[in-house]
Amino acid sequence: MMKRLIIILALAAIALGFFPLAMRISGDSGLTALATHYVEAGADELGAANLVTSVVVSYRGLDTLGEVMVLFTATTGVTALLGAGKSKSHKKEKESERDGDGRREGSELLATGAAFLFPILVLFGIYIFLNGHLTPGGGFQGGVVLASAFLLLLFSDCRLELNHALLKGAEAISGAAYVAVGLLGLWLAGGFLDPRFLPAGEFGQLFSAGAIPIIYILIGIKVGSELTGIVDAMRRCS
Amino acid sequence: MTHIVLALGFLLVCIGFWGLMTRKEVFRLIISFSLLDTGVHVIMVGIGYVRTGTAPIFDEALAVAGAVGKVVDPVPSALVLTAIVIGLAVTALMLSFAIRLHASRGSLAVDDMKELKW
Amino acid sequence: MSQLMLVLFGLLMLVGAVAALYLKDTVSAILAAGSVSLVASLVYLLLGAPDVAMTEAAIGSALTTVVFLFSWARIQHRPQPSKNPQSEESDSNPDDQEDHQL
Repeated sequence: MMKRLIIILALAAIALGFFPLAMRISGDSGLTALATHYVEAGADELGAANLVTSVVVSYRGLDTLGEVMVLFTATTGVTALLGAGKSKSHKKEKESERDGDGRREGSELLATGAAFLFPILVLFGIYIFLNGHLTPGGGFQGGVVLASAFLLLLFSDCRLELNHALLKGAEAISGAAYVAVGLLGLWLAGGFLDPRFLPAGEFGQLFSAGAIPIIYILIGIKVGSELTGIVDAMRRCS
Repeated sequence: MTHIVLALGFLLVCIGFWGLMTRKEVFRLIISFSLLDTGVHVIMVGIGYVRTGTAPIFDEALAVAGAVGKVVDPVPSALVLTAIVIGLAVTALMLSFAIRLHASRGSLAVDDMKELKW
Repeated sequence: MSQLMLVLFGLLMLVGAVAALYLKDTVSAILAAGSVSLVASLVYLLLGAPDVAMTEAAIGSALTTVVFLFSWARIQHRPQPSKNPQSEESDSNPDDQEDHQL
């Protein structure tokens, strides 16, 4: 009882901290000065139709680089915790499951559907991160769609072994290339992760907005391979 | 509309916090954490909302000139976008800790873990 | 109109969140938590943030749920640890007989 009282008091304290914040904000207050600048000048400065993409890739690019770092660290942690010693216990589990009741195989329907859908999903993921500067979407969403395509493959065939060297290579190369593009911006344009060292092109076309599509493609490949690695390490399959 | 969203996010944070404090199983704690996460994201998107605002994407329907006042704030959207991805990675990390914990203890109940209790 | 929808979605999310904490069956709780994320993506869409809505729908409701289910399956099917057999699996898993469909 005492414990519940303390928890309720803690929740009340959170509410006390929260309500002044909530009172200050209303839908009428409009954009902040910073956001107003992004909306007015963002299209001219960077040439991307999707302002969220401009903010993610360029204005707050360093932030995104940090978040990709966090993602990399977490993936490393998951693989280190679950991947180590997997191969040994793996074989044992496989044998015990073969004669035991074991898991069900993926059904015929799932296998056929996965084989049919996998290329379409990969294409869709690539489409999403190629068009990140024009339409909603971008590297993070496209990467997740790529990862879910591989997840579908893993569902349909549980014994499937992904090519870990390829995954690791794609992840490492795209991460290094992301930093390299950032350094190119520092060298040829205004600053680190400045995408304006490539021509801005025509507003609203696929080849526009300087290096923003390139950076988002790299982020997409990196996020896709990392999330595929997480799902592959977490799956429980003989 | 903003106030409804802020209240919704606040209640989600409260539910997640309540779960973190009262549940006794590591797995439920992780679920509570992800609920709390969703609540914080809802609050952040709600802060960026502008009345009758649309998505900050320029096309035929939304010209660059005069867009201020018609679009929502792009900065919270961008922050939440990356935060969701990080949330998944951190959740996966917590779950793999839970798996290792269960492998070494055979239990997920918080009451069974007494090493740091005093 | 959109205010009404927002209130409806909010109630759905709150019900799902409470269910995720208090449902006895862990698999149902995981699915309830996933449904909270799914409705959250609709809320983001109403708030004019389609990028966030896409991310939440793909990650929050799909990949997070799958990762939760994978790890729950691993915990369920783990053989007892051989190190200290006296710490039996206590009543922390009330749904042991549950048939897992993963």
